[in-house]
Amino acid sequence: MALPEVKQTATEARLATLTMPDAGCTRAAREDALARVLESGLPNRRDEYWKYTQPDTLVAPHAAPAAVLQDDESLIFDELDRLKIVFVDGVFTPEESDDLSLEGVVIDRLEDICCKDIHWAKELYGVLEARGQDPVQRPLAALNTAFATDGVAIHVTGKPSKPINLIYRHESPESDVVLHHVIRVEGGAEATILETGPAASRFNKCMEIDVADNGTLHHVRAQGRDHERRAATHMFTRLGQESVYKSFTLTVNGVLTRNEQIVELTGDDAVAHVAGACVGDGDFHHDDTVFVTHDAVNCESRQVFKKVLRNGATGVFQGKILVKAGAQKTDGYQISQSLLLDDDSQFLAKPELEIYADDVACSHGSTSGAIDETALFYLRSRGVPTKDATNMLTLAFLAEAVDEIEDSSLAEAIVSRLEGWLARRS
Amino acid sequence: MAALDQTQVKEGVDQETVDAVREVGTYKYGWETEIEMEYAPKGVNPDIVRLISEKNEEPEWMTEWRLAAFERWTKLDEPNWAMVHYPPIDFQNQYYYARPKSMEEKPKSLDEVDPKLLATYEKLGIPLKEQMILAGIEGAENAPAEGRKVAVDAVFDSVSVGTTFQAELKKAGVIFCSISEAIREHPELVKKYLGTVVPVSDNFYATLNSAVFSDGSFVYIPPGVRCPMELSTYFRINAENTGQFERTLIIADKGSYVSYLEGCTAPQRDVAQLHAAVVEIIIEEDAEVKYSTVQNWYPGDENGKGGIYNFVTKRADCRGDRSKVMWTQVETGSAVTWKYPSCILRGDDSQGEFYSIAITNNYQQADTGTKMVHLGKNTKSRIVSKGISAGHAQNTYRGLVSMHPKAKESRNYTQCDSLLIGDKCGAHTVPYIEVKNNSSRVEHEATTSKVDEDQLFYCRQRGMDEEEAVALVVNGFCKDVLQALPMEFAMEAQQLVAISLEGSVG
Repeated sequence: MALPEVKQTATEARLATLTMPDAGCTRAAREDALARVLESGLPNRRDEYWKYTQPDTLVAPHAAPAAVLQDDESLIFDELDRLKIVFVDGVFTPEESDDLSLEGVVIDRLEDICCKDIHWAKELYGVLEARGQDPVQRPLAALNTAFATDGVAIHVTGKPSKPINLIYRHESPESDVVLHHVIRVEGGAEATILETGPAASRFNKCMEIDVADNGTLHHVRAQGRDHERRAATHMFTRLGQESVYKSFTLTVNGVLTRNEQIVELTGDDAVAHVAGACVGDGDFHHDDTVFVTHDAVNCESRQVFKKVLRNGATGVFQGKILVKAGAQKTDGYQISQSLLLDDDSQFLAKPELEIYADDVACSHGSTSGAIDETALFYLRSRGVPTKDATNMLTLAFLAEAVDEIEDSSLAEAIVSRLEGWLARRS
Repeated sequence: MAALDQTQVKEGVDQETVDAVREVGTYKYGWETEIEMEYAPKGVNPDIVRLISEKNEEPEWMTEWRLAAFERWTKLDEPNWAMVHYPPIDFQNQYYYARPKSMEEKPKSLDEVDPKLLATYEKLGIPLKEQMILAGIEGAENAPAEGRKVAVDAVFDSVSVGTTFQAELKKAGVIFCSISEAIREHPELVKKYLGTVVPVSDNFYATLNSAVFSDGSFVYIPPGVRCPMELSTYFRINAENTGQFERTLIIADKGSYVSYLEGCTAPQRDVAQLHAAVVEIIIEEDAEVKYSTVQNWYPGDENGKGGIYNFVTKRADCRGDRSKVMWTQVETGSAVTWKYPSCILRGDDSQGEFYSIAITNNYQQADTGTKMVHLGKNTKSRIVSKGISAGHAQNTYRGLVSMHPKAKESRNYTQCDSLLIGDKCGAHTVPYIEVKNNSSRVEHEATTSKVDEDQLFYCRQRGMDEEEAVALVVNGFCKDVLQALPMEFAMEAQQLVAISLEGSVG
């Protein structure tokens, strides 16, 4: 079917600013992805999947400039021992990165997967993204596959001793970055991937994660704290039998953030937890879009999303649990909650279930409201100033999402940052 | 129903529920009345619109209104966002107007109505004689005379056959008649309210309805009047290949109250038939309207052949402060249902409630729910939706709760549960939640963990374990909803009371 003219024009205008990298073995995958973009067109405000988030600035031919945050704050996981992989305005920077060799994991640059003939990465690139286009199209992810300029391939074969930290630094106010990572966790292997940093003025990131039977991947990400950046990220995860995937995202500030998580449980007894906490202030629009597909027996999935919003901030949650026919004994849980600290902020949610199997337990909940006056009064009556009491209750509210992080040192790092930011802002 | 007999149900699902669903699935109203009909030519175009208008002896402004709607309709696309699938509808290959020949001369009273028509309603359990009590309701004979009176407007294909108790209602100042009569007799009221809740171009089917609606009911309750009896409309599709497009307009003026019931059935046929109705309700200050539906259109056979496509737009506008509307629906029929009775809570302190039980079996598809649009301060809404799916059916709850910035201190509570019987069917939930101020509270849940804590505590105190307590409270609530249905629906609803939602999924 022909695209509406507006969409066609917008898509062509965006494509005109991009050149497909000379990418050797990923060429075919990129061409296919481009075909997907041409077929669906880039999203616009009339698309149902973008009902609550205007994609205009993410689709525009050029990124709107974003001031680089001048900040003396140290990097979030600085106190932790980790392997750093640094991207400056979307370009891998070896000088700032650690030595990439670490026992239990093999890390390569995306551009090297062809010359080094890294089979798994060549076979994974663009594949999970393509699978994730059905039943809902995700044209920004296809655009990413077609035009990504950098990224890493992480092959987890054992149990590396420390987390791998992808650090995105933002230096140019004009930066417009397209990154694509592929990750493969082998059977029995286990790793933690951290992502931190503001990345770029406009950031389009795609991550494809394939977890084999009995593999485990932890993912913790901190987005923020710069005000003007825009980001659209996609994480495509496929889970094998008895594998585990646990992801947590903290988002603070940013004019526009759209985080899509697409999780497919394809092996029996797999577990997927996807969580997020966000603190939005002022000109802030944050969108968590999650799509979990149960396609195997006895799998468990959890979605826990908490948003604290004030000064006109907008929080969006679109979550879906799809239980395919035959995916019996599924345990699906989804909760999305917002705390609106003032009257200007808004929370828009669409928590969906689509179930084709009868022996399942799926539940979802969504609530929205102001801070609990009784709790506030209780704290105040015990001498806690209003400001501190509000922060305390806000933190307590976010805790349910932060609790999804298994590693306590990572959770503590997140909590201490949250405390600092709340104190600074109030 | 053989398919359901062999279905392995998941442990924990109540056998009584399975039986009740099976019972609902046997269609008792599939017979046809043999009666000579008069049709307008097939298809829809401005001439047909004019013809319908002419048959109803409408004034010029009404004809113009219809033609404008038709013009809009030709520019609209059919909606495709609902989770329902059906072959494309050929809008030009069906009749838009069909009336029994005997209705050519409008009968002056019920005594003059064709006995065949009266017999049809008799057989459906809806006697059109004022002195008769409603058939089929146990114990109704003993009910006090006042309590058992129900005024009925009977719509047969495209025309209203008759309306009972009109004279008695008139004494109370209540106007209850067919909409075609209202357009002739009370044009000022119709003109003032028609299309103000569901605008002409609201959606594809509402626009089509605006152009070609042939009849329906009109209710006006004057200020301060509590309608002395329940009002009801019974829709019967009988003619083949004919769409039914009815329009209902209910106006509850300040401080009034009315309970309105709607029932519908159709004969069993191989070819699907279209039913696209519009219901508009206007509720002024301190008024209250209760609208109950038992939708039992022919659902198609066990292979999904035939049945009614039920594409309905229903909306209540709580214009006045402290106005209240309550939608209760039991949806068991139709091959495809696309229906979202909605509440616009415009007046401060207004209230909207939506209780729904939707049961789909065989190849039925239902996409139903509600919209609660909170505009006024301190408005309250409650949504309780129970969907049950069996066979190859698909059952979707789709709803919107919207708290506008000015709707301070408003509350919404939503609970939607679904139950699957068998592994070939589907249950889906698509809620939209939009909160634009922070003094309002919105809760959407599909778990049983948040049942009223006090009630739970009470039950547990008396030695029940948590699960028992939750089941008791939830089931008690479900029964409450059903028992709140007016007595006339009791028969159909009674068996549904047995339904338990243990083992349900969000």
